Amino acid sequence: MVRCFLIHTVCPVSALGSGESRVLYSRVFGPDEGVLSAQQRELNPEERRLLQEEKLAVVARQVRSAVSLTREASGRLLVETVPGEEALALQEADSGVVRLRAGDPFSEEMSALWLGVQSLGFALVCEPHENLLLAEVTLRNLTRHCLEHLHMLGQGSEVLLKSNRIDVLLSRLLPHGQLLFLNHRFAQSLEKEVAVYMAK
Amino acid sequence: MYSHGSESLIKQAREIQESELQKFYSRLVKQLQVKELGHETVDSLQRLHLILSATKYTRTLPSELQKRLSSLLSSPSEQLQVLSSAVLRETLPLSGQELNYNQDNISQLNSHAAALLLSQTGSRADLSSLCAQLLRSLESRPSEGPSHSLTHTLPILNTILTHSPECLTEDHMTLLSKKLVDWLRYASITQGGGASSGGFFTGPRSRQPVPIAELDGTVSGDFFTVLCVGQGFTEDQWMNVYSFSMLRHWLLTYHSVSNGNTAVDSDDRSEVDGSVVSMVSATSSSSRLLPPKERLREKAFQYCQRLIEQSDRKAHKRTDTELQKACLVEAVCILDCVCVEDTSLVYRAFPCIKALFGRLSSDLSFARVMLPLAQFYLNHGEMAAVDCECVWKLVIGRFPAELFNDPFLAHELLRFLRLNLESLQLRVPQYTRSFPNLLKLLAWDSPAVVDDFVDLLPSLVTAGTAVELLHTLLDLPCLSATLVLQLRSTCLPISEPGGRGLLSLDAFRSPSYRGLFLFLLRGEAGSGDTIDRLSTLHELLAEAADWPRVIQCSQTVPVLLHIFFNKVIMVADKKLLAHLILVQLERSSLLLNIPNYIKEIHRVFSCHLLRLCELHPSLVVDQSHELLEFAGTTANVYSKEEIYTHVVWVLGEYLSVSCDSRCSVKLITSCFEALEAVLFEITSSAPPPGAGHPAPRVVTTLMSALAKLASRSHDLIPRVSLFLSKLRTVARGGSVAWCSNEEDLVAIVTRGEELWSLLKAPGVAQSVLTPPLHVTTPQWHRDTNVAMPLRLRALTSLTHSQ
Repeated sequence: MVRCFLIHTVCPVSALGSGESRVLYSRVFGPDEGVLSAQQRELNPEERRLLQEEKLAVVARQVRSAVSLTREASGRLLVETVPGEEALALQEADSGVVRLRAGDPFSEEMSALWLGVQSLGFALVCEPHENLLLAEVTLRNLTRHCLEHLHMLGQGSEVLLKSNRIDVLLSRLLPHGQLLFLNHRFAQSLEKEVAVYMAK
Repeated sequence: MYSHGSESLIKQAREIQESELQKFYSRLVKQLQVKELGHETVDSLQRLHLILSATKYTRTLPSELQKRLSSLLSSPSEQLQVLSSAVLRETLPLSGQELNYNQDNISQLNSHAAALLLSQTGSRADLSSLCAQLLRSLESRPSEGPSHSLTHTLPILNTILTHSPECLTEDHMTLLSKKLVDWLRYASITQGGGASSGGFFTGPRSRQPVPIAELDGTVSGDFFTVLCVGQGFTEDQWMNVYSFSMLRHWLLTYHSVSNGNTAVDSDDRSEVDGSVVSMVSATSSSSRLLPPKERLREKAFQYCQRLIEQSDRKAHKRTDTELQKACLVEAVCILDCVCVEDTSLVYRAFPCIKALFGRLSSDLSFARVMLPLAQFYLNHGEMAAVDCECVWKLVIGRFPAELFNDPFLAHELLRFLRLNLESLQLRVPQYTRSFPNLLKLLAWDSPAVVDDFVDLLPSLVTAGTAVELLHTLLDLPCLSATLVLQLRSTCLPISEPGGRGLLSLDAFRSPSYRGLFLFLLRGEAGSGDTIDRLSTLHELLAEAADWPRVIQCSQTVPVLLHIFFNKVIMVADKKLLAHLILVQLERSSLLLNIPNYIKEIHRVFSCHLLRLCELHPSLVVDQSHELLEFAGTTANVYSKEEIYTHVVWVLGEYLSVSCDSRCSVKLITSCFEALEAVLFEITSSAPPPGAGHPAPRVVTTLMSALAKLASRSHDLIPRVSLFLSKLRTVARGGSVAWCSNEEDLVAIVTRGEELWSLLKAPGVAQSVLTPPLHVTTPQWHRDTNVAMPLRLRALTSLTHSQ
């Protein structure tokens, strides 16, 4: 299962320290892992939510670090793309996977797959025994849809103001964190539903 | 992409004043009271979500607002469902009120409301009841209805399984097994969605059901799977997709919650007899007689075999080709899983697995499919007496050598090694010799995989390969540079004008240096510890010292060296340790010149040199010749200060008869003379041009070492005392050419005075500077000198209760 999906900054943000990342969208699937673990049961719901937000911040920071180290090592110049060039932006995106050790920050070991598209990172945190090939394909797909439907290559803030679109996208392509084996026909059918929703 | 606009929106949301927020809440409540909710309400809801999610601290909503939002969860408009679910997820449930959906409502529980329920679960009991309700709805649900009202059920169940597998009772498992079998094996084989085979003029009456197709366009001849296509899909075909998507997890969980009589002992060789029988009887016609669990296992087996066959077809679309690969991975994993559960299936599975391996082994683009295959071979190969040589040649041979720059493959390969470490060490003898290949993954992308190597490196340290491994680790940055050159060499044309890295690239391509690079790129250990022309190699790669990839790699080497040394003391004999000391001395001047790298390596060397000598003090006498040579070279004071200091220290500390009876007076004297010469040289004149002043610590260590040696051979004492008094005189005269800092000079002179006064009483000097073993390794209660007082004290405290 996928534990969470994040969209966050991988560029420097003036209000934050270096290495910090601003989380623009986050979706955690399933019950809070703290609820069912003995040590965290003493926390009240507010503290649990705080803890969860902190965990997501840790993931965002780790991915940000991975993105900048990868970009530094490859020495490739960042290609600036404009709205309409989503396919190119995706092609040029850096990708990789971060191993999150047990306890840092989730109670079990996780694999965080990531895509770095210019100044934003898209991360999918999965259980490591998950089919990572499928997860990679799903992440690319989700990213492409986000870039297109939320016009993320432009200067707008739809990722913040139209986050319900991402929710619907996830409910079709990654329902409750379930990765789906979708051939092009099934995918088309779901994407049509999503497109109908986005048109509202 | 990330604009100032977004940043200021977030800022506004976080800093909204309480009064403004309350006004917003009441406005929103009013908006929600209207019958038809319009665009402004949707925008307000979205804005509310932003306000709630922008801060990690939870805001509570007024209960009126929260109640209205809860009622939106069952709104016919999906947008309102989504928004209300998203908003409510960001806040706390109203105290005392749980989102209780009774049995009647459960079939109307849409995906977004369910998501909220899941996220607000407070306990396992909540999950259990949700689980029970979902399964009841699965059971009793009529066959008509909107196509997606059921589809989210399986993902939710899968989530519950992930967090709390005990939520399912035996009956639940049976029910779901039966459903899964139906959906996986008996879904419709005709296209749904009103597809017809007729043309434009065909009326509804002549519409005939069209069969499903394969990905290459041919008509499908067997049951429906995720790799089948149609114009539209029926509901059970959708459920086929959802079922397969959760199948592996179900089988894995199933296996762990299954009771004793279904769990199979995979090591039980007596299964061989039983397997002959089941090979014959386990055909699909008899599977109807199997209990639900076993039936599901059988159907899963058939589904996977079909997927493997379907993946051989040439799909029309690229996305489908990718899906075929993912399906192959999943299918092999599921086969592995069912074979672990029921070892009799291994004989049925292996022909298929072997054929698949044969088909894919020469195509590197299928590398990621190979890993589950390797896992299958590792788990079941021995039982089926299959030769796995070719698998390992590929997995620890070709893959790291040729696909080191695929981050996903690297991650999965290293994870495979980590999980199967014990097995690999037992069954794959070439594993410990494969480190030159495996380290390529680290050399290429150090930050991403260093964590994995921290776990794996100890398993690669063996007595037979330790020296070669040490050299390889020290030259990891060179390997990094070489891999960069290798890739550039294949991408760039032969002559590129004014390109970066031209010199090293030329060297890489030139036949006279080929051997050097080929050695670094070797796949297996055993052909030699290192090369003779290392310094040449370092010169050729000098310009690589500022390549980011090389620098990132060099930063991981110290940590790995620590791990190496920590492990090697456990497996090495004294001879090997002696050899390692020599390697450290030799390599201290033979390192790629990356800023800070040499210093860090020297620091690691110093630390472990000390440890090795502490563990085996006789090593110092053993290797005295080389250590003396090192310590007697004045240039080392300036270029290798850290190591030099430690070498001098170990010489002073361990070159004594009490550490090794072979230590002769002659040896002590020659050591003394060598160190004395260096001390004279560095304290008599200014340092050579280009070198800084000798570190004060070097001077004091030399002085201490000389004093120690003199305390063991008393006729050396006058020589030391003479030097120390001369030093005091010179220092009193003001500044000296070899020490710029007055404080340091004072410290040096003070130490000199201490040693000088100590040496005035040779017997005392000897016991202080060369303490006998029973002082340095006290035995407490075992020591007769120490035990009595302890006993008395213990008795006293027992008898005098306070």
